[in-house]
Amino acid sequence: MAIIERPTPVLDIPALPAAPPAITPSRTFGALKRPVASTGWKSWLFTVDHKKIGLMYGATALFFFIVGGLEAVLIRLQLAAPEGKVLNADLYNQMFTMHATTMVFLFVMPMAAGFANYFIPLQIGARDVAFPRINAFGFWCFLGGGIVINLAWFLGGAADGGWFMYAPNSGPVFSPSNGIDFWALGLQIAGIASLTGAINLIVTVLNMRAPGMSLMKMPVFTWLVTVVQFLLLFAIPVITVALFLLTFQRSFGAQFFDVAAGADPLLWQHLFWIFGHPEVYVLILPSFGIVSEVLPVFSRKPLFGYPFVVFSGAAIGFVGWGVWAHHMFASGLGPVSVAVFSVATMAIAVPTGVKIINWTLTMWGGKLVFSTAMKFAVGLILLFTIGGLSGVTHSVAPSDTQQTDTYYIVAHFHYVLFGGSVFGLFAGFYYWWPKMFGKLLNERLGSLNFWFMVIGMNLTFGPMHILGLQGQPRRMYQWTEARAGEGFFNIAFWNLVASIGSLVLTLGILFFLINIVVTARSKVRAPLDPWNARSLEWMTSNPPKEHNFDSIPKVEHLDEFFHRKYEEDPVTHTMRGVATAEQVLAELERNADPHIHMPSPSYWPLVLAVGLPVIALGVIYSTMVAIVGGFIVLYAIYGWALEPATAVASDFDTPSTNGHAVSTTHG
Amino acid sequence: MAETTTHDAHVSSTGLSNVKLGMWLFLGSECLLFGGLISTYMLYRGRVSDGPTPEQIYDIPFTSVSSFVLLMSSLTMVLAVSAAQKKDDRGVNLWLTTTALLGATFVGGQVYEFTAFYNEGLGFSTSLFGSSFYTLTGFHGVHVTVGIIMLLALVAINKRSSVPGSKSETVEMIGLYWHFVDIVWIIIFTLVYLIPV
Ligand code: HEM
Ligand SMILES: [Cu+2]
Repeated sequence: MAIIERPTPVLDIPALPAAPPAITPSRTFGALKRPVASTGWKSWLFTVDHKKIGLMYGATALFFFIVGGLEAVLIRLQLAAPEGKVLNADLYNQMFTMHATTMVFLFVMPMAAGFANYFIPLQIGARDVAFPRINAFGFWCFLGGGIVINLAWFLGGAADGGWFMYAPNSGPVFSPSNGIDFWALGLQIAGIASLTGAINLIVTVLNMRAPGMSLMKMPVFTWLVTVVQFLLLFAIPVITVALFLLTFQRSFGAQFFDVAAGADPLLWQHLFWIFGHPEVYVLILPSFGIVSEVLPVFSRKPLFGYPFVVFSGAAIGFVGWGVWAHHMFASGLGPVSVAVFSVATMAIAVPTGVKIINWTLTMWGGKLVFSTAMKFAVGLILLFTIGGLSGVTHSVAPSDTQQTDTYYIVAHFHYVLFGGSVFGLFAGFYYWWPKMFGKLLNERLGSLNFWFMVIGMNLTFGPMHILGLQGQPRRMYQWTEARAGEGFFNIAFWNLVASIGSLVLTLGILFFLINIVVTARSKVRAPLDPWNARSLEWMTSNPPKEHNFDSIPKVEHLDEFFHRKYEEDPVTHTMRGVATAEQVLAELERNADPHIHMPSPSYWPLVLAVGLPVIALGVIYSTMVAIVGGFIVLYAIYGWALEPATAVASDFDTPSTNGHAVSTTHG
Repeated sequence: MAETTTHDAHVSSTGLSNVKLGMWLFLGSECLLFGGLISTYMLYRGRVSDGPTPEQIYDIPFTSVSSFVLLMSSLTMVLAVSAAQKKDDRGVNLWLTTTALLGATFVGGQVYEFTAFYNEGLGFSTSLFGSSFYTLTGFHGVHVTVGIIMLLALVAINKRSSVPGSKSETVEMIGLYWHFVDIVWIIIFTLVYLIPV
């Protein structure tokens, strides 16, 4: 539905009829008629609504989480006992490479992008993002990239060089299958999603805040995700270069990583980690943002030291660029570089420490409500701290040379990635589910979900510290009885524990999936403001209407919604309720904007995004196919350029609803 | 009529329109793209294997001329933008077309240069120097080509006179991109051609 016309004022809730205007699209340009459906599968395929796009990101990412999780379980089954037979060496290499690639690029990043898409416009009081069609294009690129990367499984074997794909090991000599070609091209396409998403969200946040919402009144989630978009904006082009070099080398005979021709193998490492270190903040900051929303709500207190959390987040956005070479301590950088990067890395622990202190003080003295969302948030604080501490141990270069490439590293990054990023995302699921779907996830199942995940996660990754310090290398497809050692620290025992742990973890995730199904079937609607929340996204219906807010709220406070519900009593200095959520919402409805123009659906984002995987396949198999892909891209851009962002009135059969004439819009 | 639009910024918090802000961000990102490519070239330019060295094949006078042509195109682009602001449609079309032609001359020069280098024995796979030279300048050439397509498309669309959005802003946007690509070339020209290995 492109243009929402409504009589003013509207008093009853819900005010808007969900039915779209009678539609038979005429034409905008080219062969394709403009899609204007607002229900059914077409309303998803051609949507430019940030909420639908957010949900599509989330659903796809969840699918890839399951894929990456099954890959992890296969890895652990292989390593449960000596001389594992589940996977052969070749498959094992593919498995850990694809596990990491999937988890990092196809689960955590897009899941965070999904939340960002859904909630940033709501949190800043906007009706959509700045470039809705580019937003849709981004999603389809992510999906296309994910498909390309995984297609390799069926076409001769997946990528097998480890997730950081070091050269020259990634060359055709060491990896003759097409796996790495698919990997490089697929990531390239998925990278477009991140880059366009970054531009889109930054412009949205900078330009489209509700009146009165200054930067320092923005919710922390929006803040930290904005920092992430800046990191992506500058990190993605670097990995783009690296991936291009790799593709040119493998497909067109360039020499960039050919050591025999005099190439420097460190080139790839530098390019990768200049991207890669900011990337770790890309993975963690959205979860930090979620936790910073969840903790105050369930502690019944404002976030302690909001400016510190914001500035330490921004600080990470700067310092994060100066530490990449701590991933390369063992590569012979020379003593000066190692010392500098070592100290810089220790320094970067500080802004993270600040956040942990702030969260702890937020809970201090609060009336804690241990909902599942809160449990995951507290879980994040504890588990991330463990991972952070082991991280500091490898900022000390001499100690890192002992740890690098062992399971100690694997333990470290799973504590921060699983215990940090993933726990934060789960806190987000439980906290925001009622907002997105109008139903609360089941708390009993949520509790099981949480406890199985915490216990499973510690059983899986805790022992890996021991395994690593005992010298078990990462990326080894087998270990032998003879070298397992004896006594308490024998690796046979701890490998078994880790593998059992991974099954407990799997059960935990299964409880979540069951919870989704149970909740979807349940008929109980969530209350409007189930958690007594504080920020703008809750100041609208569950789920929000297509245009988010009937009238754009004027913002006066950080935690605006809270301040509309509560006021400080001048005598006792306690907060007392002055309005219910329903009343706040009714107030907004009363002042509803008479004319709301929403961007119209479009085919072109999808068509454009389809062209890219075709080009990728062409690069691998045949130039002709690539040319076809190129034409699809050109055609789509042409159509896109000529299509106004809002469908013109002639695209609708009946150019009016509610008896109002629909104005022709201006682009 | 009170309208609230989500897609074009009639009111924006920064005062910059969405498209303009977006373009600036994109160009910021492009800086790192070229930064990575230039670093790769600088690392590898001395590694020539058995192939020709930069000194042996570079034709500085020729490249200087084509660089000059590209610089001039920035001037004509400025004229196009100012014509657009004056709503002078004929001027816009004239200067956009001139800019595109100058850009095309530059790309033609690059094609000629690539062919000449190839004939002198510098293939894409000949040496690290070859791979990184063609990649860097090729990426730049593709950027110019994309710019030319945008310019010509804009002229074509202008003739149909159905550009969505404000025309002068679209011209300005392509102008920003065009100047950026020009500046990048000045850096490449200096680092690649002028500074000896
Ligand atoms: C479902 C629970 C998970 C289990 C049981 C698991 C298990 C493992 C194991 C055993 C390895 C080491 C493979 C080897 O070195 O031979 C590994 C590697 C890795 N995992 Fe996980 N993992 C899980 C979830 C995650 C998540 C959520 C992420 C990221 C968000 C992640 C990121 C990685 C990365 C980056 C590697 C390094 C792969 C490489 O060496 O290239 N994992 N995982
Ligand atoms: Cu790092």
